[in-house]
Amino acid sequence: MNNENLTNINKTESKKILQSYITGFILSIILTLVPYILVMDHLLTPLVLVGVILVFAFVQLAVQLLFFLHIRQESKPRLNLVIFLLFFGTILVVVVASVWIMQHLNYNMSLVQFNNVMNYGEGF
Amino acid sequence: MIHHQNHQEAITNDKTIFGFWVYLMTDLLMFGVLFATYSVLHGNIFNGPSGKEIFDLPFALTETIILLTSSFTAGLAIWALRNNNKNQVLLWFGITFLLGLSFLVLELTEFHKLVLEGDSWRRSAFLSSYFSLVSTHGLHITAGLFWMLISLIKVKSQGITPGLARKLTLLSLFWHFLDIVWIFIFTVVYLMGAI
Amino acid sequence: MEQFILGRLTWSSLPHEWFTLGGTVAFATILIGLTIFLTRVKRWKWLWNEWLTSTDPKKIGIMYIIIAFLMFLRGGLDVVMIWLQQTIGTTSSPGYLGATHGYLSADHFQQIFTAHGDIMVFFVTMGFLFGLINLIVPLQIGARDLAFPFLNSLGFWLYFAGVVLINMFFVLGGEFAAAGWLAVAPLSELQFNPGVGVDYWIWSLQVSGLGTLIGGINFVVTILKMRAPGMSLMRMPMFTWASLMGMILVISIFPILAMTMILLTLDRYLGMHFFTLDNGGNAMMYWNLIWMWGHPEVYVLIIPVFGIYSEIVSTFAQKKIFGYTSLVVAVGAITLLSFSVWLHHFFTMGAGADVNAFFGIMTMWIAIPTGVQIINWLFTMFRGKIIFKSPIYWFFGFVSTFTFGGMAGLLMALPPVDFQVHNSLFLVAHFHTMIVGGALFGIFAGFTYWFPKVFGFKLHERIGKYAFWTWLVGFFLSFVPLYILGMMGAVRRMDTYSPSLGWQQLFTVSLIGACVIMCAVGLQILQLVVSIIQRKQNRDLTGDPWNGRSLEWATASPPPFYNFAVIPQVHSRDAFWEMKNPKGISSSEVAKQKKTSIKYEDIELPKNTPMGIYLSGFIFLFGLAMVWHAWLFAIIGLVGAICCVILRTFDEHTEYVLTAAEVEQIEKKLRAKS
Repeated sequence: MNNENLTNINKTESKKILQSYITGFILSIILTLVPYILVMDHLLTPLVLVGVILVFAFVQLAVQLLFFLHIRQESKPRLNLVIFLLFFGTILVVVVASVWIMQHLNYNMSLVQFNNVMNYGEGF
Repeated sequence: MIHHQNHQEAITNDKTIFGFWVYLMTDLLMFGVLFATYSVLHGNIFNGPSGKEIFDLPFALTETIILLTSSFTAGLAIWALRNNNKNQVLLWFGITFLLGLSFLVLELTEFHKLVLEGDSWRRSAFLSSYFSLVSTHGLHITAGLFWMLISLIKVKSQGITPGLARKLTLLSLFWHFLDIVWIFIFTVVYLMGAI
Repeated sequence: MEQFILGRLTWSSLPHEWFTLGGTVAFATILIGLTIFLTRVKRWKWLWNEWLTSTDPKKIGIMYIIIAFLMFLRGGLDVVMIWLQQTIGTTSSPGYLGATHGYLSADHFQQIFTAHGDIMVFFVTMGFLFGLINLIVPLQIGARDLAFPFLNSLGFWLYFAGVVLINMFFVLGGEFAAAGWLAVAPLSELQFNPGVGVDYWIWSLQVSGLGTLIGGINFVVTILKMRAPGMSLMRMPMFTWASLMGMILVISIFPILAMTMILLTLDRYLGMHFFTLDNGGNAMMYWNLIWMWGHPEVYVLIIPVFGIYSEIVSTFAQKKIFGYTSLVVAVGAITLLSFSVWLHHFFTMGAGADVNAFFGIMTMWIAIPTGVQIINWLFTMFRGKIIFKSPIYWFFGFVSTFTFGGMAGLLMALPPVDFQVHNSLFLVAHFHTMIVGGALFGIFAGFTYWFPKVFGFKLHERIGKYAFWTWLVGFFLSFVPLYILGMMGAVRRMDTYSPSLGWQQLFTVSLIGACVIMCAVGLQILQLVVSIIQRKQNRDLTGDPWNGRSLEWATASPPPFYNFAVIPQVHSRDAFWEMKNPKGISSSEVAKQKKTSIKYEDIELPKNTPMGIYLSGFIFLFGLAMVWHAWLFAIIGLVGAICCVILRTFDEHTEYVLTAAEVEQIEKKLRAKS
């Protein structure tokens, strides 16, 4: 993002921007349709399917960051990128750690575990 | 004098766009918490339906394609802005507005159907997290549509001033960001719900 | 219809207990007194134009500190009530007032310690720090203002709205939240707390939290984008670095708090089931989410304070800070690591050994960069020539208390130990040591250090030293008994303890400590009063009373509203020190440079605006109406707020120009004074 000039760019820049949006759009459509078809037609086993569609989602995230949000065109220092990575990392921690922690909590605090502790001497 | 003004504009653009980007990141984190909550609670269907039973995948795909296209047309609107083309700005943001509105209407009909069936947000933790995640996105879309409407009115009346160019840039960032969030809603909620 | 307008507010909700009414009367007296005073001296317009609508971070900073101080007194009063209750209240023998349970009911006791926690964390410590950063950071980086002056004003007024909301209980009654400072679910759900208490908690923190987030974004953008030319990141003063890290932490965590509170709100208002006991809700998720915010929050409270200490140690040891790079890395490491430890707040909730072990180890890691900082400060003092003035006293107080409490924290990082002392008074003593001995002492240090810069005259030194020693003695008297009691098994948040345990003496020692602290606060107030009376003798005429090293000391005391007539060019760290002692240039050259005329330029400054007040007013109305379910006013508040936002976006003339000639005049007057 060249922040200085928001309204008056030359012809080559204009062409580049237009190409960027069109490429991004086409790629995103593909990255949306492929996982959709994979899920609708059950083309893979469930666990693999989950992993694959997540990968497609992250790839589309990268595509949109690059082609719609022009994150590579940022001039140094790449503050937008750094801040994005910081928050992306935070969100990963929030989601992944929550799932990990809650899985353990749910199991340990469940009736199944209660039964295991009481009758089979299993620890936490 | 003009050089000084341009310099001032450049500084204002730089810090405002960066500041807005930082705000978008905090908004993304709010969605992150909703995603974490959904991931943890989506299995708690209590006595109600699960995702598989209530999600209509072709319907969700339609919504997704509409929103994705609107993100593309928003990009075209910015391309027009960069070329200082007032009429094309109005055209492309207008199309974006209509596509966004259609998305919202589709989403509301989906909610309406669920509530009529008795599967509202009060039924289970799963439904609570589903409704809150998708509605938060929908509320953001609504805010974006309002913003778009007011911006288009300003463009029509004053033309493209430097301040307005900056604010339209912010609007496009907001709109792209909403489509990015929807990619993950589509994947995590609808696609994974159907597996 | 009445329900739509007034919600669940009825005549019987209004304050009617003796201590609630005490608060009502106190607030009413202050307000009436203030109104009479302002009318007498005819200062209403002045107040509105010069202060309330100001976008100047120096003015906003002072307003933050004044409100934070008032809330400090309120929170302190809550403490005294807690201490009294725990000393007097006994479960089996008649208490002081004849009641067996002390003078407070259990429910009221819970409301008081809840209010105490929220007020001290959100409205006192955060308020002080936001005020200090507003006052000092723009000066330190050679800027004139923050990146977004209007948002700065808005952020303050949202904070103020939160302050009023949390005290509204004294006006409209009802009850305050009785679920602890973090309103733990499912206790905070409708099933157990259907009244307005938890709703007061939610809305006051949401409103002020919005202000905090806005302020955090503002500070981050300011520090990253508005530094003076030549000031690279590695040339920034340590307080600026610490503020940057603290504010990055703020923007990374307040969205989590906001969303978690929204989820609780959805449960309470729309019947959802995130944290309820039925329909699949999972209350443990609440604790997980809220501590994801809560732990980094305490680092938000301490990281800027580490920056304050860096400045003070360097200035009063008359040496440049030792190991600048390692300090920056350490602060960064603490910021990052603070995201990885939150589970140590609920080791006992049952996540199991694997999870507990991971978080226990991560908690211990954080001690390392903290230790690096302390070592750097000690090495700064080594071979320095220490000037013993009150700011450095507070630093020494911090070192003695914080390391002590920090080691208690390290102990609790071990899950097996934590299982013994979780939610005991040992924990209470630990975190109070961190916040009082760490953050509060740091705030006092910073206040004493920068007071001359902000107000133009020095504080009375001797009373300041007395206040420090009284605080230190009071602190140890108050909290060492709590460490011991916690180790012996005393649980926190209990309104009475059986006298058969033999703990009353320790509680009494703690109460004496509380009284000593009250005297210390009294001394601080005395110091302020005496200093104001004697201000003419103690004027700071040079702008540099401590022989400082960073750019804020390059301005007059207090600085002109535009901070710098000419934005300085920075060549190194300790920019001001370098300006005073330039290398390779003789002193006659320096004198000559000073005499040559400075070229003044026009300065663009933001106008004052009342929009922050109006917008916050509508949001306050919305929050209050939501507490009482008064839907009509909620709609008015929401619609009004949206209209304010839209109106503001139509405002094209938000700045004005100060001509070079005007700047020159002001500068001439300032030079004539010194």
